Amino acid sequence: MSTATEQNTTTHGDSHEHGMSDAGYIKIAIILALITALEVSTYYIDFGPLFLPSLIIMMIAKFVMVVSYFMHLKFDSRIFAFLFYTGLGLCLFVYLWALATFKFFG
Amino acid sequence: MADVAVHADHSADHQAHQGSTGLSNNKLAMWLFLGSECLLFGGLISTYMLYRGRVKDGPHPHQIYDIPFTSVSSFVLLMSSLTMVLAVTAAQRHDDRRTNLWLTVTAVLGATFVGGQIYEFTAFYREGLGFTTSLFSSSFYTLTGFHGVHVSVGIIMLLVTVGVIKKNRVVGNKAESVELVGLYWHFVDIVWIVIFTLVYLIPS
Repeated sequence: MSTATEQNTTTHGDSHEHGMSDAGYIKIAIILALITALEVSTYYIDFGPLFLPSLIIMMIAKFVMVVSYFMHLKFDSRIFAFLFYTGLGLCLFVYLWALATFKFFG
Repeated sequence: MADVAVHADHSADHQAHQGSTGLSNNKLAMWLFLGSECLLFGGLISTYMLYRGRVKDGPHPHQIYDIPFTSVSSFVLLMSSLTMVLAVTAAQRHDDRRTNLWLTVTAVLGATFVGGQIYEFTAFYREGLGFTTSLFSSSFYTLTGFHGVHVSVGIIMLLVTVGVIKKNRVVGNKAESVELVGLYWHFVDIVWIVIFTLVYLIPS
């Protein structure tokens, strides 16, 4: 993504600036809004067998975009990413396992 | 000479907030907290997924969900993430006026979302969906209620940050303080991204 190239790691005193320009963030927000509109359209339009996979993919795309760009995880130290994704990974493992135990997936 | 002393004090204060990693301890703690919050919401979401079809009495999910209304609420919360990140960049530029402006806009958007949630809960209750009506209703209200409380806490954090910046009483790095509030706010947004899809858009 071209906006990712607008990374700024200039240091001003104690303030460590990172991330993108305001225009870059607005572009990300527009993309997120478009994906949300597409998600809502699945309620009105029959996507057939693509319904569930498309919704899950769009949800993951929005999640990753907010975490990577708005929360600066893409530009910040990898330790922060490790802490967050470890919690998320543990959460997915534990609860998918729990759901499978209750025969949620059939 | 005095300048050197002030600089030394400032530098010592800065280093005191950093560990051996060279990273901010506050940010490390916030990311660790958010990682643990994933487990809290993961438990609530998976409980809802298990119980959403368990309705003996009262309305079923597809009978009461108002997707157009919830879509607008979701859009409002999503846009609040944009205004939050604009507040963070303004704080990094040491622009207090714009920082406070964007923080206030974020709080207003968050309050709009919470207002929408209260309206939704009221409408559901009038349609016969009480907290103890069914396993579906209990798990639904618990999940979305917990999220609503998180948004409300975020609004309080935003307003306190605005007040502290206005009175110039920020302790330590101002940009980092705004960024920490921002991390919490964005987390609340990503949780809603998951809830909106799994709870509202995917039928039971």
